[in-house]
Amino acid sequence: MQRFIILRLLQGLLAVFAISLIVFSLSRVAGDPLAAILDDESGKEQIELLRAQWGLDEPLHVQYFTYMRRLLTGDLGTSFKWDRPVAELILERLPATLQLSAFALLVTGVIAFPVGVISAVKKDSWFDTGGKMFAILGQSAPTFAVGLILMWIFAVQLGWLPTSGKGGVKHMLMPGFALGYYNVAAIMRLTRSSMLDVLDTEYVKLARIKGIPEWRIVWKHCFRNALIGPLTYFSLIFAIVITGSVVIETVFAWPGLGLMVIEAINSKDHITVQAVVMLFALLYVAVNIVTDITYAYVDPRIRYG
Amino acid sequence: MTAVQTATDTILEVNDLKTYIFTRAAVVKAVDGISFNLRKGETLGIVGESGCGKTMTALSLLRLVPKPAGRIVEGEIVLNGDDILQKSEDEMRDVRGRRISMILQDPQTSLNPVFTIGNQLREALGIAHKENKSSMLSRAVDALRKVNVAAPERRLDDYPHQMSGGMKQRVVGAIAMSCEPGVIIADEPTTALDVTIQLQYLRLLKEIQAETGLAIIFITHDFGVVARMCDRVAVMYAGRIIEQGDVRDIFSRPAHPYTQALINSVPKLEQSVDRLYSIDGQPPLLSNLPEGCRFAPRCPYVADKCYETYPTTYHLAEGHHADCWALDADWDGTPIEEFIPPTGSAG
Repeated sequence: MQRFIILRLLQGLLAVFAISLIVFSLSRVAGDPLAAILDDESGKEQIELLRAQWGLDEPLHVQYFTYMRRLLTGDLGTSFKWDRPVAELILERLPATLQLSAFALLVTGVIAFPVGVISAVKKDSWFDTGGKMFAILGQSAPTFAVGLILMWIFAVQLGWLPTSGKGGVKHMLMPGFALGYYNVAAIMRLTRSSMLDVLDTEYVKLARIKGIPEWRIVWKHCFRNALIGPLTYFSLIFAIVITGSVVIETVFAWPGLGLMVIEAINSKDHITVQAVVMLFALLYVAVNIVTDITYAYVDPRIRYG
Repeated sequence: MTAVQTATDTILEVNDLKTYIFTRAAVVKAVDGISFNLRKGETLGIVGESGCGKTMTALSLLRLVPKPAGRIVEGEIVLNGDDILQKSEDEMRDVRGRRISMILQDPQTSLNPVFTIGNQLREALGIAHKENKSSMLSRAVDALRKVNVAAPERRLDDYPHQMSGGMKQRVVGAIAMSCEPGVIIADEPTTALDVTIQLQYLRLLKEIQAETGLAIIFITHDFGVVARMCDRVAVMYAGRIIEQGDVRDIFSRPAHPYTQALINSVPKLEQSVDRLYSIDGQPPLLSNLPEGCRFAPRCPYVADKCYETYPTTYHLAEGHHADCWALDADWDGTPIEEFIPPTGSAG
């Protein structure tokens, strides 16, 4: 198990290195960063001065190493727009995004797994059909539309929930649900189909022969085996939630990284955008590693393989 | 509940059991009116080709017919004097594992891959015994020792994929027998094992039976195994038992043409043959059974009558009976006694 974890961490490091290369190149390919902040009237000397100040006159590989060295020391540069260190800005905004994402994942898990399992156990019942409808709706409606519809119903018409902003749990309900709903469908259907496979196996038959209560067969013997498929997807879901948060935070004026990155993009603050993209990528790699380790825990054949 | 008269040493009695599978297209009569009984310490072999209803019979005895399509539509299954078909699903859980249990065909798939065998064994034990952890542990070790697993203490923490097929099947046996049921159904338990391991496993079952007085229903398609294992045999064809009797009677005087054919299809070492014997044709579809005798289309003695009505059961000896018109006193077709098992070069 230890060897497995170390191996996975090394692979993760390699991925992070590759990502940093891509992010760096993309921000350079996107054009001259100076063009974005200086207007046409700026003098030549002024441009050259800034260029030298930011190290943009050096060869690309030197620039990359400088960038990496700073990254490792936690220096993400200074934002043009806010005129503050990007690291500080991120630390300020990150908790809000994590909170919302975690809530969205919770919503996904709490709805998708039980509904998927019960749909499989009660295959072709009204519950199964209802679950299917609910899933299709979630998968076909875009996240922002779900957000707006929720807002119209619960904030405008019923007045139960605040329309936007960050506050208590009440503020989180709508954006969290809107962000998680899209994923409910996928996880639910995956759980259902892998549960159906597992319910049909010989070891479930043997468990029944042993005289074990049915709920225990479903939740102990089947669920853990059926979890492996949906679990793979869970790391993908994280990616969807992160990208979705950009949209949802804008819709609900949720003061997280998503909202910040939109503002940064609008004001061509490439240093901030670059840092946030790098952070999202890092998070994604980390979630993947955690998922892989969870697998090994769930399925001993991976652990010992 | 009807009071059922049973001999004192009869542990299981099945009367006119019918298990049908209802599909959209048709009704599959997987088990279509079978009756047999089983005494304590006895081994009954159920023999027949694939798809003749053997496994469905076994699952019916545990009331584990695949739902919702499958259903036991008629009959009685009397276990230790009470009809288990009258029991509720909750009551059935006390029956399964404790009074009747089953060993499945393929050890590779019958253990849950994500739990240790100790966990799976303790779970089976936990149903009958509510005890503390350490005494459960020693019970689990005992259960493994009973099926000849070496160093059982160390094997408890193993996962199924760390064991060989033969070892897994012994663990499955240990799980099935952990609550000391009176009846165990072994559904082709050695088919998936290596030949060398097969014999070992069969011997183990026999030993346990001698010790505990367990009654075994042994499901197989192999008459060689029947001869080694069973006291009595029931031959199934297309959902019905067409002949049953003492192993010796069945081997020396098989009455039904199908039984004769099955026995003939076991290759014999002392004869060299150019071609192995086989029965022409295929069993009828269980969803579309012929009116009369189900074996008629493949039977070498077939007469018109066979296509019209299903034959009556003829008693031939103590506990030996068969369903075949050729056994009737008025039979005017080829007499069944003249049947000479084909040897050597056929045709």
